[in-house]
Amino acid sequence: MSMATTTMQPVERENYLNKEYGALSWLFTTDHKRIALLYLMSITFFFFIGGFFALLIRLELLTPAGDLVQPDTYNKLFTMHGMVMVFFFLIPSIPAVLGNFLVPMMIGAKDLAFPRVNLLSWYLYIIGGLMMLHCMLTGGVDTGWTFYTPFSTAFTNTKIVEAGLAIFVAGFSSILTGLNFVVTIHRMRAPGMTWSRLPLFIWAHYATSIIQILGTPVIAITIVLVAVERTLHLGIFDPKLGGDPLLFQHLFWFYSHPAVYIMILPSMGVVTEIIACFARKRIFGYSFVAFSSIAIAVFGFLVWAHHMFVAGISIYAALVFSLLSYAVAVPSAVKVFNWTATLYKGSIHYDAPMLYAFGFIGLFTVGGLTGLFLAALGIDVHVTDTYFVIAHFHYIMVGGALMGYLGGLHFWWPKISGRLYPESWARLAALIVFLGFNLTFFPQFILGYLGMPRRYFQYPQEFQVLNVLSTAGATVLGVGYLLPMIYFLWSMRYGKPAPDNPWNAAGLEWKTTSPPTTFNFEEEPIVTWEAYNYDELDAPRKEGVPIAR
Amino acid sequence: MFDNFPLWPARASTAAGNVDALFIFLLIVSGLMTLLIFSALIYFAARYRHRRGVPAEQIEGSTPLELTWSVIPFFVFLAIFAWGAVVYFKSRTPPRDSTEVYVVAKQWMWKLEHSEGQREINELHVPVGRDVKLIMTSQDVIHSFYVPAFRMKQDVLPGRYTMAWFRATKAGTYHLFCAEYCGTQHSGMIGSIVVMEPAQFEAWMSGGSTGPLSVTGEKIFAELGCATCHRADTQGRGPNLQGVFGKPVRLEDGRTITADENYIRESILDPGAKVVSGFKPVMPTFQGLVSEEQLNALVAYVKSLSQPGATPTNTAAATQDNSTAAGSQVQ
Repeated sequence: MSMATTTMQPVERENYLNKEYGALSWLFTTDHKRIALLYLMSITFFFFIGGFFALLIRLELLTPAGDLVQPDTYNKLFTMHGMVMVFFFLIPSIPAVLGNFLVPMMIGAKDLAFPRVNLLSWYLYIIGGLMMLHCMLTGGVDTGWTFYTPFSTAFTNTKIVEAGLAIFVAGFSSILTGLNFVVTIHRMRAPGMTWSRLPLFIWAHYATSIIQILGTPVIAITIVLVAVERTLHLGIFDPKLGGDPLLFQHLFWFYSHPAVYIMILPSMGVVTEIIACFARKRIFGYSFVAFSSIAIAVFGFLVWAHHMFVAGISIYAALVFSLLSYAVAVPSAVKVFNWTATLYKGSIHYDAPMLYAFGFIGLFTVGGLTGLFLAALGIDVHVTDTYFVIAHFHYIMVGGALMGYLGGLHFWWPKISGRLYPESWARLAALIVFLGFNLTFFPQFILGYLGMPRRYFQYPQEFQVLNVLSTAGATVLGVGYLLPMIYFLWSMRYGKPAPDNPWNAAGLEWKTTSPPTTFNFEEEPIVTWEAYNYDELDAPRKEGVPIAR
Repeated sequence: MFDNFPLWPARASTAAGNVDALFIFLLIVSGLMTLLIFSALIYFAARYRHRRGVPAEQIEGSTPLELTWSVIPFFVFLAIFAWGAVVYFKSRTPPRDSTEVYVVAKQWMWKLEHSEGQREINELHVPVGRDVKLIMTSQDVIHSFYVPAFRMKQDVLPGRYTMAWFRATKAGTYHLFCAEYCGTQHSGMIGSIVVMEPAQFEAWMSGGSTGPLSVTGEKIFAELGCATCHRADTQGRGPNLQGVFGKPVRLEDGRTITADENYIRESILDPGAKVVSGFKPVMPTFQGLVSEEQLNALVAYVKSLSQPGATPTNTAAATQDNSTAAGSQVQ
């Protein structure tokens, strides 16, 4: 009894949040957890900017005529929506927030290998973000987030170079985060934390980091080449200057296809953790799930030209890239099967994070299967550059990546904030997001097969009903995204204090306090158990024996 | 009522049926996969929901099962790949005797010219049942020629030709969209494909022609003085163009390439790029001196020289363009 009263006392234990106060203690922090929160705030800001653009896009598309905004404005809206969401929200989302917070803790380390580099990567992100904001406020860009040449280098008079440089700078933030993770995972695992005992979240982040390190420099170089052609008129991509526009597309997609895996792999890692916890089970086929992440990262680099089947590449190149695209589908399918099998004979709880994980599997399955359509050469000719593609990649990048991100935020929120969020609101939000998402994007598959091209600001009459459905869904989806922000903020002040391990979850991050202290653990943990040892966690409770660890 | 809410696009070309068949097959396959996964998920979720005192049963995994659900999908994927490749290959390989239409795209309109000489803007008239090959280029940025009812799409690039073909099967008017974002009025760069019964089409064709494209090309060929070097014998400073099109050409650097539309185009704009073996790189560039439309006419003329029985002064042959398009695989 006396134990209970001491822990319930209002005096908070020292933790990473209350150790120091004041803006400077945040701006100069090298604590990976504080940097994760800096990222959380910054990417949330950009998420709502990108979401606002999406809302305007959907409103314009409510009617066939272009009547809400000017065509140039519309073109800037979808361009800025894409650039902000891809480069300033989705790519940093899970790695920079949850990864930053959890990678050191999950492997039993005090911090990342290079804490100051970690802070530098946030500053680079912020500098890039401010450049992007400045670019938007002073006119924006109208090329689409894909920057296709020669439109971007010789025809548009919008702020290509500035937007490009913003992405260039933010790219280094991504590279540094990846580098930090790889070194940390190699060098800073606690004693006993072998590769085969790593949580699959770590494997997913390891695979992601490889892509970030190897892929991002290519987009950086490509952006420089675009800027060089635009400002100095050196012929690289523009045929009038002796360049080749397809070269740009090859370079762009060499990064931008793997970039999709930067968004989805961490999300898969999150979902794996959640499913194990709420099914109270070890993950079915641990090593297959782990290596499927690596396989996705490797094969992901070999499929880029499937974005170019009608762009003017040779038939034989198209055949090769189509085949390789099917190869990358196998490890993705393996993951879905393993998650499903993990539920078998589990003891399943339906807390909010699990609802998001279910939502993830549902949406990712649809997104993945429609990828099979797009990889089929004959069908791709018809549906590429239509709303079918838009629907497909939103199912992966928003349905998949964002569902995982929200699921992860809910799962680890008690650890991050030390507070509990209101469970029923969280379940409701998960449901709203799932329904709103499907209503927004499922009609777009049909629109795409009917032939509605993407990036159209006005469209023929017969596409209206489906567009209205999509816009209606977007409104629902918007509410679904606003809710968590409201109750998370609410919980920081009014939420119940969270116990150290509210889910009775496996994993080192749950063995420290909520919120953790600055160096995560009182003493360096020694790992003697496999990941997902839910049998051990659940067994003593049943017999009334205190847990040894 | 359903005019505003179609669920399936019009099907008006030979390719459309092939694409739809594969699409329906994929709908079935992915429907089954979805059903399998979702029913397993829902069943497990309901059957194994948490009950007090019933702990989860720990299962390590199963290599045979992992191999099963890797290998079976892989073979299903291979089948989809192969089918998709066949459909694609057909849609990218124009039949030999196709009627040719030259397409020039620019911000934000489509200019089309039949080889018989009829010119159209944002509208293309074609007959039912004839193979039509599009030889396309852009004056500025990348565009994409997309006809949903034909399930046909091909990007149109500046600085080179890309090709596409179709055979319409049903009379009617169908959308032509630009599918590659090209600037302010991208969504205004639309038009229509008017598919007509052959008799009506002949009637339409009989008006408004300025003469076959190859004849226009021959005039330009003479005006630009091309004939002074490209003579119809072996004495010219440039190669004799008789019968060259569609045939392999030996180059000065030892390579052998096929003389297709892109090669002729390149040789006019950048003559030094691929010089024919035995000739000196003396030809001046015509970059900036000829418009895209004139280039198309010149290409059509050179092609007409390769028709059976063609002579340098032959103009009749061009009305029925039977060029041997052996090497002109669509890219």
